[in-house]
Formats: sequence, structure tokens, C-alpha cells
Amino acid sequence: MKNRAYRIAVHIVPRAGLLDPQGNTITGALHSLGFKHVRSVHVGRHIVIETEAPDALQAEASVQQMCEKLLANPVTEDFEITSAVPL
Amino acid sequence: MKFGIVTFPGSNCDYDAYRAVVDELGAEATYLWHKTEDLEGVDVVVLPGGFSYGDYLRAGAIARFSPIMREVVAHAGRGGPVLAICNGFQIACEAGLLPGALVRNAGMRFVSEAVYLSVENEGTMFTSQYEKDAVLRIPIAHGEGRYVADATTLARLEDNGQVVFRYCDAGGSATGEANPNGSMRGIAGIVSAEGNVLGMMPHPERAVDSLLGPADGKLLFESLLARVAV
Repeated sequence: MKNRAYRIAVHIVPRAGLLDPQGNTITGALHSLGFKHVRSVHVGRHIVIETEAPDALQAEASVQQMCEKLLANPVTEDFEITSAVPL
Repeated sequence: MKFGIVTFPGSNCDYDAYRAVVDELGAEATYLWHKTEDLEGVDVVVLPGGFSYGDYLRAGAIARFSPIMREVVAHAGRGGPVLAICNGFQIACEAGLLPGALVRNAGMRFVSEAVYLSVENEGTMFTSQYEKDAVLRIPIAHGEGRYVADATTLARLEDNGQVVFRYCDAGGSATGEANPNGSMRGIAGIVSAEGNVLGMMPHPERAVDSLLGPADGKLLFESLLARVAV
């Protein structure tokens, strides 16, 4: 089967419950700007990957592996993979 | 006894470690470039401080895939001593040599200062020359030194005596104020279950000459020497 190109984004955020000093600092800044209803902010990373695979499912599976092996730290971070978009 | 000091792109404490070992201890040391796959028969591997790969992605995340790390992991697996300092500690955690992770300091600031550490376990090959419950003064310099691990891992570390150094005040009490980065349980350094890999955020190699400040790090290196002399 011929490979085709896909774009997949990964959202990585600090594990829920873990102290997030960046997020807390930004929460405080938003409160002081008048956004009193902000409950919490979490700062993470957004990674955009263009890769080749026979189909979208396999592209997503390979990005899942990338996250487990390198892109996210399993001790401190959670990640979400968006659906593969054909290029 | 020969120390091998690994240099990654962005390491900046490799020279300090070399001088501590060679000048202060009179031991032999060699630099090991991260691309090599040959440990050159060294007895102790030092993963030094710095900002390997610019801390891209996460501190230590890329360095752990350097070719030499396969050999370092194998050396550790054979029971060989590994001293992982600061960025080296971050790399060792990323490589799975030590449990847990090091994340952004709770106070958000890079902290560079001398801190007090209590020796929590003087029975390791890295701490045998320290007195029980000794309080050391050793510098830290990091932005991502907050040690975190899940509750099960923390309990295991405590139960096995794997917590080797804890941040404390001058009297040896591990208070919240004495914790410079928000590390869980005030943890500053841990050893692997087998006891041959030590990871610590403070810099013992910067505390070996009383002319330049506290010299409390020297006994750590002497502990390693004493072990081999036995």
C-alpha cells in the first residue's frame, strides 16, 4: 500500500493534580485582569507532526508511539492526539 | 580508579567535575563524548550538569537517546556506579535509570544558591564517608529541579532508604522554607534500588575546595574512591 502524508497535532499538558506553577501564575494574572471566573489554567506543549503512513489510523498509531517514547513524559504529563488530516 | 565524564552538547559542568576528580582527589578522569559507544573501561560514569540539547522538549529528554547512553545503562545494569548531577539527574530519570521526574521549580525561578542538605542514608557507595545525619552545604543552580513521583514510588523510595539527600535548614530540619524548588518530600537526591546510580540536583563537584566556598561535596567523591580501595 502506498504511503501518504498526514498532519497530526499532539497536545501535551501537565498531569492533572500535579502542581503547575506556570498555570497558577497565569491564572493569577487573568484574575487581576478581571477574568474572575477563570478556575484554572494549564500550560503545555502543542506539537505538529507531518508524517507518512498507509492510512490515517496507522499515522495516528505511530504518533501514539512517539508520544510514549519521547514526546511526553509518562510520569508528569498527559497527551491527546488529534485526528490525522491528509495533506 | 577512573572516572568517565560524559559531555553532551550543552553540558557545562563537565569541566568542573573533571577538576574535582583530578585536582582535588588525585584520581584519573577522562571525557567521554556523547556520540561514542565506548566507556573506555572507566569505573565511575559521571553525567554532569548543564543544558544538554538546550533543554529542548524537556530537560534530559533528548540526551537520553545519545549513543553513549546505551552503554551507560548497560554499565549501571552491571552494578557500575553512575553519578548523575543536575542535568545528569534529569537525563538519568528520562533514561529510566532512576524513578520519577524533575519539573519546573514551584517558584518558577531559576535558583542559584548554596543550600543545606541532610544526608538521609550514609550507607550508600556515594555517602559512606559522611557522618550519620550530617548536614551539608552545597550549591544548586537549576530551573527544573522539582522532584516528582507517584505516591507508590515515593513510599518505595522512603522505605528502601533510596532518598539520600533532602533539602533542610542549617539545623537539619526538612522544613518547607528550606525546600528551594518544591520537590516532593524535599527530595534532593536519590539512589537506584540497587544503590549504584545516584541522581542529585545539587552540585557536589562545585563544593570541593574551601577556597571557593563550602567543600562538603568532597566526601562524596572520596566515598566512591574508598569503595574501590576496599
